[in-house]
Amino acid sequence: MEKRAIFRQRWLPYLLLAPQLAITLVFFYFPAGQAVWQSFLIEDAFGISTEFVWFENYQALFAQPQYYRAMANTAVFSVSVTVLSLSLALLLAVMADRQIKGANGYKTLLIWPYAVAPAIAAVLWLFMFQPSLGVVARGIRALGIDWNPLLNGTHAMILVIMAATWKQVSYNFLFFLAGLQSIPRSVIEAAAIDGAGRTRRFWTIVFPLLSPTAFFLLVVNVVYVFFDTFGIIDATTGGGPAKATETMVYKVYQDGKLGADLGGSAAQSVILMAIVVALTAFQFRYIERKVHY
Amino acid sequence: MIDRRSGPDWFAHAVLWTGILVMAFPVYLTFIASTHEPSTIANGQMPLVPGDKLLETYWQTIFVGPTRTSRMPVGAMMVNTLVMALVIAIGKICISIVSAYAVVYFRFPFRRTAFWMIFMTLMLPVEVRIYPTYNVVASLGLLDTFAGLTVPLIASATGTLLFRQFFMTIPDELLEASKIDGAGPVRFFVDTVLPLSRTNIAALFVILFIYGWNQYLWPLLITTRADMQTIVIGIKKMIVTADALTEWQIVMATAMLAMIPPVAVVLLMQRWFVKGLVETEK
Amino acid sequence: MAEVRISGVRKSFGDVAVLHGIDTTIADGEFMVLLGPSGCGKSTLLRIVAGLEQQSAGDVSIGGRVVNDVEPKDRNIAMVFQNYALYPHLSVYDNMAYGLRVRGTPRPEIERRVQEAARILELGQLLQRKPRQLSGGQRQRVAMGRAIVRDPQVFLFDEPLSNLDAKLRVQMRIEIRRLHQSIRTTSIYVTHDQVEAMTLADRLIVMNAGHAEQVGAPLEVYERPASVFVAGFIGAPAMNLLRARVAGGRAMAGAAALPLPQAAGLGEGREIDWGVRPEHVELAPGAADADAEVAVDLVEALGADTLVHARLADGGALTLRLPGTTRVREGDRLPLRLPPAALHAFDAASGRRI
Repeated sequence: MEKRAIFRQRWLPYLLLAPQLAITLVFFYFPAGQAVWQSFLIEDAFGISTEFVWFENYQALFAQPQYYRAMANTAVFSVSVTVLSLSLALLLAVMADRQIKGANGYKTLLIWPYAVAPAIAAVLWLFMFQPSLGVVARGIRALGIDWNPLLNGTHAMILVIMAATWKQVSYNFLFFLAGLQSIPRSVIEAAAIDGAGRTRRFWTIVFPLLSPTAFFLLVVNVVYVFFDTFGIIDATTGGGPAKATETMVYKVYQDGKLGADLGGSAAQSVILMAIVVALTAFQFRYIERKVHY
Repeated sequence: MIDRRSGPDWFAHAVLWTGILVMAFPVYLTFIASTHEPSTIANGQMPLVPGDKLLETYWQTIFVGPTRTSRMPVGAMMVNTLVMALVIAIGKICISIVSAYAVVYFRFPFRRTAFWMIFMTLMLPVEVRIYPTYNVVASLGLLDTFAGLTVPLIASATGTLLFRQFFMTIPDELLEASKIDGAGPVRFFVDTVLPLSRTNIAALFVILFIYGWNQYLWPLLITTRADMQTIVIGIKKMIVTADALTEWQIVMATAMLAMIPPVAVVLLMQRWFVKGLVETEK
Repeated sequence: MAEVRISGVRKSFGDVAVLHGIDTTIADGEFMVLLGPSGCGKSTLLRIVAGLEQQSAGDVSIGGRVVNDVEPKDRNIAMVFQNYALYPHLSVYDNMAYGLRVRGTPRPEIERRVQEAARILELGQLLQRKPRQLSGGQRQRVAMGRAIVRDPQVFLFDEPLSNLDAKLRVQMRIEIRRLHQSIRTTSIYVTHDQVEAMTLADRLIVMNAGHAEQVGAPLEVYERPASVFVAGFIGAPAMNLLRARVAGGRAMAGAAALPLPQAAGLGEGREIDWGVRPEHVELAPGAADADAEVAVDLVEALGADTLVHARLADGGALTLRLPGTTRVREGDRLPLRLPPAALHAFDAASGRRI
């Protein structure tokens, strides 16, 4: 953990660290502290008078049905995107791993969506599924389904889920493929000689050895869905229709936008912070332990 | 060759190609749309093959901009985005590499504290502290500036962690040999550590460039002037809700333009990209 | 009946021919060693027998049944890999039980077999551990246990000892031999280490660049090597080999006139590679009885043996292995006796034994 050989200067390290620490303090910790502080206040719209109200903001929040709605949306969104993108990515990775040559070619062809901004991905999917002019939307309506994400909350959620999954599959694919390729070939051969057929080999040998990767991806995916999907929602549904796609992060943005409820928005921020801390801590505690050679 | 299967694995190929096509389909459609008349698109009559408006549409997009919304040439937006992405990527690399160097190769009071402070920022993505951070930037007078766009995003922990991890693997003997040769900390850094870190820097650059280019929430809040817009935000603003008014062909052309640089970076620098992804997530 | 028959097996990877036609039969219960340097094709041949590679031509049959198109899992074989290939996420017990479970063996039977194998290999205390908690030698034994438990027709070993340190290797080599004596399963063992080969083999195949140079029992290969390659490969230190020409009943190696071996076909003028093993060179009682005289360059006093590196009058090098009690110094001149029965001659062009 520590280097044996070091330099003796006293002032140089401080100088080197200064930029990062300065920015971190000014733009991370100070605002974070502000958020926590603000969550205990009620300000009026002009910022003229503020009142310290302990946990009233939090209570108000939990009394709001819309907050629960946002939590439910977030949950549905997270679970769907995570499950979908993990399973699709695993399938593709397993298929790619079977290719002795050509695996790299497939890798190139499947990882580029990572580079596309979530907001752009959203626009692309929006375009395809626009009720009036979307190519795919036309197809769906031809099947008799009245597809309209502008009016139908469930349709809107489906649209957002698809866009988010599309982006995330390539990231998961990359990690799954790396995980599969790191299993020594001789272990698979030993299983083959021991009499295990392809399917059996996968579930009894390959999948258990892949589980640290899978677990890690699970956490990363959940974090992604919580936070990085802001752009997707903003670019497509704006949280609508009628707040059907408003996730917790999006609600923070909406509620604070006009300066109407800074205290409530701050309280939501604090809650989100707590969730991230919990998730990250969880990831570090449990993932580190499960690595096989 | 474990299982006897004559010929290539058809099923696997089929699945993979299905996946590839599904991934590519949205982009394909986007490209198609950028080559047609707006009226064709708006009427829902858009065919699945390219039209003839390619040059015209792209020309207009890059140099003129959408007529009905912001009148900002997308070319200018691309420049903004490029500057932002480069500043963020390069800035992050510079700051984090020297921080990591300080933390690894020196002993000083509060060293551990400093490291933990940096590390904890991993848990504070911008989305959880939106408005307070905005207030700070505003009160510093940095709204609608490149500084405001880039500086708050420069100091996150991933780079520092990556470099720290890498520096720990540099053998102590190298430093000892350098000291015997008379090198001080700066010398050692420039002559030895930097060259050794080349691949890590390349890998991190790819990831950070993409991260910077694709920023959404932050530019959305910080920039209001049309000439400061980034391309990702620009697109959003072009899609007016009454979609009869949206000039879809321009939107789609803009989307293509917004996608090309980061995708090109990933494809050209694939090896570093993969390395960067894998390393930063450890 | 677990006889393994390999007929006319060839293998090419693309344009590169790796095996040029191997024919051999391994009798039931025999321990056959495939010996050769890296890249000679021995591992490829083993993997073809296992079914992990498909041969380009030729047949493999196990127990009288042609298995060319049979998958590894149905060939009733077990393999011990060079890097053990243990299942990292399973305990030692589960590693050994895996193959049996896959085949639907009932639990009491699995328990019995695993315990028996654990007893033979002294793994009883380690059954609940995971591979990463074991030392190299222990992992090796688990790999063997996994093979034993299956009670297959053939054991295949792919350089199983090369990842162990020298001392452990010696120990394990003896254990493998003991194991074979008690279990007597047909075994094919690949190695590049000729000492391992000599210890373990009932018969061995010396391979070189995809060809089988010689097949035979260890002592046979040692005493009558079929080619220059085999002569140089078996035995340490290696056999002394000198280019010579037959002239007047002697082998003329430069200016030195050396005795000829007892072989037919050593006609006048023939170019040969003349050979004698270091351990078969004797010191002559006196210069008068000497077949040749050498000047000593370098002496390695190893305790049990003394290796003497010397040279003939015109520069040809000879290494001698003498008993450790012999006292020799650099610069000494030594008279040598070269008994014809211990000499070898190989055709200079083809390398084959005359």
